[in-house]
Amino acid sequence: MQAIVTSNLTKKYGELAAVDNLNLSVAKGELFSLLGVNGAGKTTTIKMLSCLIAPTSGDAVILGDSITARPQAVKKKINISPQETAVAENLSVRENLELIAGLYGQNAAAAKAGAGRMAEQFGFNDILKKKAKKLSGGMQRRLSIALALITSPEILFLDEPTLGLDVLARRELWHLIKGLKGKVTIILTTHYLEEAEALSDHVGVMAKGKLSAVGTPVELMAQTGTAKLEDAFIVLNGGLL
Amino acid sequence: MKILLFSKRNIKEILRDPLNLAFGLGFPLAMLAILTIVNKNIPADAGKPVFAIENLAPGLAMFGTVFMSLFAGMLIAKDRSLAYLSRLFVSPLTSKDFLIGYSVPLFVIAAAQGMITLFASLICGLAFTAWLFLAVVVTAFVSVLFIALGLLCGSVLSDKAVGGFCGALFTNLAGWLSGVFIPLELIGGGFKAVCGVLPFYHGVEAIKDVLSGDLIGMLPHLGIVLAYAAVIYIVAVFAFRKKMRAG
Repeated sequence: MQAIVTSNLTKKYGELAAVDNLNLSVAKGELFSLLGVNGAGKTTTIKMLSCLIAPTSGDAVILGDSITARPQAVKKKINISPQETAVAENLSVRENLELIAGLYGQNAAAAKAGAGRMAEQFGFNDILKKKAKKLSGGMQRRLSIALALITSPEILFLDEPTLGLDVLARRELWHLIKGLKGKVTIILTTHYLEEAEALSDHVGVMAKGKLSAVGTPVELMAQTGTAKLEDAFIVLNGGLL
Repeated sequence: MKILLFSKRNIKEILRDPLNLAFGLGFPLAMLAILTIVNKNIPADAGKPVFAIENLAPGLAMFGTVFMSLFAGMLIAKDRSLAYLSRLFVSPLTSKDFLIGYSVPLFVIAAAQGMITLFASLICGLAFTAWLFLAVVVTAFVSVLFIALGLLCGSVLSDKAVGGFCGALFTNLAGWLSGVFIPLELIGGGFKAVCGVLPFYHGVEAIKDVLSGDLIGMLPHLGIVLAYAAVIYIVAVFAFRKKMRAG
C-alpha cells in the first residue's frame, strides 16, 4: 500500500519553480530519503506534504487524504521534526512531550503515559524535569524527534535530523531511526549520504525542483556504476568523482 | 482544551524568563518608587506636585502594559526563529487557536500586573476605593493595544528587531506621549495635540477616570484605545495568517 502519492506537485515562488511537477510514491512503512544539493527542493517538498505550505499546482494524497482538499485530516496522521530543534525552551522535557500530545487531542492521562513511553525509548528518564534549553544539542534533537513521535504519527517527516550533531550523537539517532523502520513511514532529508545509505529503503534524488532519480541505494549505485551512494549522488548531479 | 494547553504553555514561557519578570513587573514598581520619592522631594512652594499618586498610579498601570507587546512579540518571533511555530503549524491547531492562545495569556498577565501596580500604589498614598478593582479590568483592556502590537511585530520581525521595536520604541512612545513621565499640561501646544490623537494618553486617562469613579468620562478614552487596538489586531491577524500560509 502506498502511504504517499504525489501527482505533478509544484511550488512556484514567482517565476522560480522550487518544486516542479513532482511525481513520487512512497510505500507504507518504508524509509524514503530525499537527497539533493541546497535549493534542490527537498524542504519545500516536505513543507507541502506536511501541509505547512500549499502547492501552486498538483496534489499529494497522504494515506487516502489530499493535502489540498483535506489538510486537517492529513495533519492528524503526520508529524514533523523540522531542521531546527523546535522545542519549547522554557518547558521541561516532560512538559514539552505532554503539550504536543495534548495538542493532538490526547487526554492528560494518555499524554502522561506517552511521555513516559518516550522517556523510556529515548533515554529521558533522568532529564524529564530539565528545561529543554538546558539540554545538549544531541538531546534536543532526540527530544525533537520524540515530540514528533508522541502523537503516534503514521508518517514522520525528518528534515535533516542529524544536522550539527557529533558522530556519536548521530549514530545514536541512526539507531533510534532504524528502530522505527517498518512501524512508521519516514521521509528523511539529509546532506549526509552515508546516513541515507545506512537508513534508506528507497532514495529520491532531487535537482532544481525535479526528481532526477529514484531507487534503492543499491539500484542507484548500479545505475551509476559506483560503489557508494555518495558517488552515485555526485554522478546523478553531474559532479566530478 | 487545545487552546487552554497552548495558553498555559505561553504563560510558562513568558513567566519563566527572569528578564520578563524584571522588566514587566519590576520596572513599573521601580518607577513607582522612584517617582514617588521625586514627588516627595519637590518643595511644597513649587505648587501642584508633578507626580501626584492619582496621576502616577494610572500612568504606570498603563505603562506596565506596554511590556505585553514585548512579551507577545518576543514569544512569537522566537517560536518562528526556532521553528517551533512550524511544528505547531503542522499540528491540528487552527489560526483561531493560535491567536487566542497567544492573546489571552497576555491579557491575564496584564491584569495581574495592573493589579500589582495599582495595589502597590496604595502604599505610596493612593486612596483605596472599590473602583480600584474595575481599574484593574480597564488596565487589562488597555493592554489589548500592546498585545496587538506584539502580535504584529512578532509576526513580521525577527526577535532582535522585536526587542528594538517593542522593548525600546514602544516603551518610550508610551512613556513620553502619555504624560506618565512629563505631565502634558506642562508642555501643551502641538505636543499635547499629537498625544491627544495617539492612544497612549487615552489609556492613562481611562484608568484615571475609572479610579475616580467617572465611568462616563472613561468610555471615550477607552473607546479610542480599543479602536486603535482593533485596527492593529486586524492587521496582526492578517500578517500572522500570511506567515502561516508561508509555512
